[in-house]
Amino acid sequence: MRMSEILIKNANVCDPAQGINCETMDLCIRDGKIVESVSESAEVIDAAGRLTMAGGFDGHTHSAGKINVGRFMNPNDARRTLVPGLSGPEARTEKTRAQVGYNTPNTYAIGYRYAKLGYTTICEAAIPMLAARHTHEEFKEIPILDKMGLSLFGSNWQVMEYVRDKEPEKLAAYVAWGLKASRGYGVKIVNAGGGEAWGWGKNVSGLYDPVPNFDVTPAEILMGLVEANEKLQLPHSVHVHCNNLGKPGNYETTIETMKMFEKVKPTVDRQALHVTHVQFNAYAGTSWRDFETGAPMVADYLNGANHLTFDLGQVIFGPAVTMTADGPVEYANSRMLHEKWSNQDIELEDASGVVPLSYSPKSFINAVQWAIGIELALLVEDPWKIMFTTDSPNGGSFVNYPEAFTYLMSAKKREQVISGFGKMALDRMVLPGLDRELSFYELAIMTRSMQSKMYSRPEKGNLKVGSDADVAIYDIITSDIDPSVEHEKVKQAFSGAAYTLKDGNVVVKDGKIEATPMGRTYWVNAKVPADIDSAMNKDTDIKFKKYYTVSKSNYMVEDSYLPNPVEIRTEGAF
Amino acid sequence: MPVIKDAVCSLCGSLCDDITVTVEDNKITKIENACILGHSKFVGMFEHDRIETPMIRKDGELVPVPYEEAIEAAAKILVNSRRTLSYGWCSTSCEAIGKAIQLAEETGALIDSTANVCHGPSALAAQEKGAPGASLGEIKNRADVIVFWGCNPVHAHPRHMSRYSSFSKGFFSTKGRKGRKMVVIDVRKTDTAKLADKYVEIEQGSDLLLITALRSAVNGHEDVIPETVAGISKEEIMELAETLKNAQFSCIFFGMGVTQSRSKYKNGDGVSSLISDLNQHSKSVMIGMRGHYNVTGFGQVATWETGFPMAIDFARGFPYYNPGETGANNVLVREEADAAMISAADPGAHFPQKAVRHLAKIPVIQIDPYANPTTEIADVVIPAAVVGIEAEGTAYRMDAIPLRMKKLIDTEFKTDEQITKDLIAKVRELKEGA
Repeated sequence: MRMSEILIKNANVCDPAQGINCETMDLCIRDGKIVESVSESAEVIDAAGRLTMAGGFDGHTHSAGKINVGRFMNPNDARRTLVPGLSGPEARTEKTRAQVGYNTPNTYAIGYRYAKLGYTTICEAAIPMLAARHTHEEFKEIPILDKMGLSLFGSNWQVMEYVRDKEPEKLAAYVAWGLKASRGYGVKIVNAGGGEAWGWGKNVSGLYDPVPNFDVTPAEILMGLVEANEKLQLPHSVHVHCNNLGKPGNYETTIETMKMFEKVKPTVDRQALHVTHVQFNAYAGTSWRDFETGAPMVADYLNGANHLTFDLGQVIFGPAVTMTADGPVEYANSRMLHEKWSNQDIELEDASGVVPLSYSPKSFINAVQWAIGIELALLVEDPWKIMFTTDSPNGGSFVNYPEAFTYLMSAKKREQVISGFGKMALDRMVLPGLDRELSFYELAIMTRSMQSKMYSRPEKGNLKVGSDADVAIYDIITSDIDPSVEHEKVKQAFSGAAYTLKDGNVVVKDGKIEATPMGRTYWVNAKVPADIDSAMNKDTDIKFKKYYTVSKSNYMVEDSYLPNPVEIRTEGAF
Repeated sequence: MPVIKDAVCSLCGSLCDDITVTVEDNKITKIENACILGHSKFVGMFEHDRIETPMIRKDGELVPVPYEEAIEAAAKILVNSRRTLSYGWCSTSCEAIGKAIQLAEETGALIDSTANVCHGPSALAAQEKGAPGASLGEIKNRADVIVFWGCNPVHAHPRHMSRYSSFSKGFFSTKGRKGRKMVVIDVRKTDTAKLADKYVEIEQGSDLLLITALRSAVNGHEDVIPETVAGISKEEIMELAETLKNAQFSCIFFGMGVTQSRSKYKNGDGVSSLISDLNQHSKSVMIGMRGHYNVTGFGQVATWETGFPMAIDFARGFPYYNPGETGANNVLVREEADAAMISAADPGAHFPQKAVRHLAKIPVIQIDPYANPTTEIADVVIPAAVVGIEAEGTAYRMDAIPLRMKKLIDTEFKTDEQITKDLIAKVRELKEGA
């Protein structure tokens, strides 16, 4: 094997995992890894003092599977060119496949455009296990990026039965089996129990509202799954989409959910809980009339809590596509907004829906939603608790990340946007009173560094010796720029990396795709004692024999769907 | 002798995955659990007209040629064409479909599937109003009201009713057929209709009227419904609306009687709207009765690779979609296509005369295991392995659940995926030489 060596000279490194805050140094790369030193024959990239970070890591994005429903029902999105260079149709080139889309780009565009932003790893937020092959089929066609996905367990019959029957070991065995079957990386819980209720056109109203016919509450499902998650020593914590998403007053449910996990003892050195797209779950008020921000209350709780991480779900004005396993929410969206509605309930497992919508600064509700995301990022003091996301494309497409970064880094930029809001909107938010502006260092934490610990991927999200040589160099000289004033420059620089390296390959240069290697797919194989595994399998055999419409043997995703797999084994603590 | 369990039947969109196949001396000697259609596919493989060798038409006759010669001839047609139509790709694997799309992209071709003459209007309806569906197991386990509208599963999807719908028993539907109300809406009393609790015979082409009347009834606007709609009395319409509203879980399965009759995509749009309205009262979903076993897969693959489910035109270098302009029949009827590649489909038998007449005039490449009327107008014929029997690969069931089809016996024939890969390589080679 030929040794490939790269020397990145004069890199202005921002690597919070090592506490390096914009210091100029050289980075050495050999065979796709960061190393101490390289030989003189190494290829040299002159970073010329520009801002250099580890490759970005989007730990919650809808980029494979359900997004296809969004594409299917919104062909108009393919032609949207709202963000130049990162959206709309682009003809094939020698190096790239043809591209389309904005909120729901085709698979190739997803890979290229994330790479242009300097991102190198994504986590698909929801794999319906019965349709897991589909997620992996799309993964195969997303170039460049490393991928992982979270499997849905929150309304699963077998899960609910084991929780109800107090069978924690079998529950853990089932979770391990489900991850293996779907080649998932972690446990996703969406509106616990709500997916099953939606099987009858109903919903659960909160943590203690029993799921119809199953005699369990959402709280019990959450606690049962977190116990299983920790028993299996999974690399990621449970990843929770709270009950009551999108409803005024839901911040109380959100805080209540977070509190429930205080007593959880993680068996892996990471958070006990990740709460996702909190913007959608930080609403105060009792109806859409008196709707207002709940971010201060949620942030206040988060500032005193150390057991969890969360992501923003920032809203971007303009068209978006909501897609979630929270079936009842999507139906409610479509009725409220008179929008088209797709739904896909999955037998024995979960629900899902897709509804396009558009966020307008003229709508006081949308304006407040926009503010809540930023408020959360600014009010929560410790950036290590915060992952930056738009819950793409629910809050807006990931191609808007550079725009959104400027909201966090520049009060002036925020003022520009806020000046377009009506008085009612301003009365319902606290954002105009916040003058905090995030630094590049804090931004790096939220976009790559915290993900490393959150997902137990020590080789990701940092530039330590031994880590993957996923590197982004942005055309920013940190000593010469005031992001508060020059936010447009910041946006430009983050919109097309000067260089993106993936495993030491230059995949982007000057904002253009240079190479399109195939990334990895991470999945978790959790060890379970054989007797427990076999007892659990007897139960699932019955499920397949009587209730599923596919055979058990045809349920498991085969090796051929993961061309470049990375199997993460865990030992389990039974 | 090897017995292969849980094989996936590659015939219709039901994609039954519980077939047991016995193989002796590389022949399938016994098939269990398959319906008559599936059974004939497994057995028929050895009886029907397989295309035995690659062929090229010379002086009006198809003559056998080596595989490489056929690939070269096909690649030349593609390279020399300014407007290729690539069509079919529904009775094959997603892996082959992916390669076909790549080939279309690289040659600036237009690619379309059999949905063009089938459930294409359902896609348009989803683009108007969405597609509120569910996996088939939801119907099996929950549904107490099942409507078959413009479809005839007894003949087209023979195991559908026992595995997924009318007769199936599930967690909440322990009584199976006895606990369900089955409604059939059609223009004639089909064999499916004969099994229904309620048969509603509508006037041909009046589906949209009935859908609209039902929506009025469901939404409490009884007053606007005339005494008779679509040949159905108001009383009957009100009764049907009540049945749907009072269901615990209802599903409307719809077929080509809805998608290809008068009002076309507006019918699907109406059904989708009806489902949304019904959910104000009770749970309700819709599922299209897709015909070819992987026509759903074409839509899925095309959508993630190009952004669009069908009628994709790569003439501009990027995918362009304008159904009605870029559909397979559109470019044939306009006499626009100057070459065609047809795989796993038979436009020669199923397209309108005018389209077939144009197809006969232009160079046609056919990739298929079997000879069919399209073979008669093909200029290059490349035989392929039968996916699901001689080749493995992915297919999507009518409810978009993906399954892995198995390879059951060995074959000398190349797979569609391999043939398309070889064509891509040859096209690149010819282009570089030019």
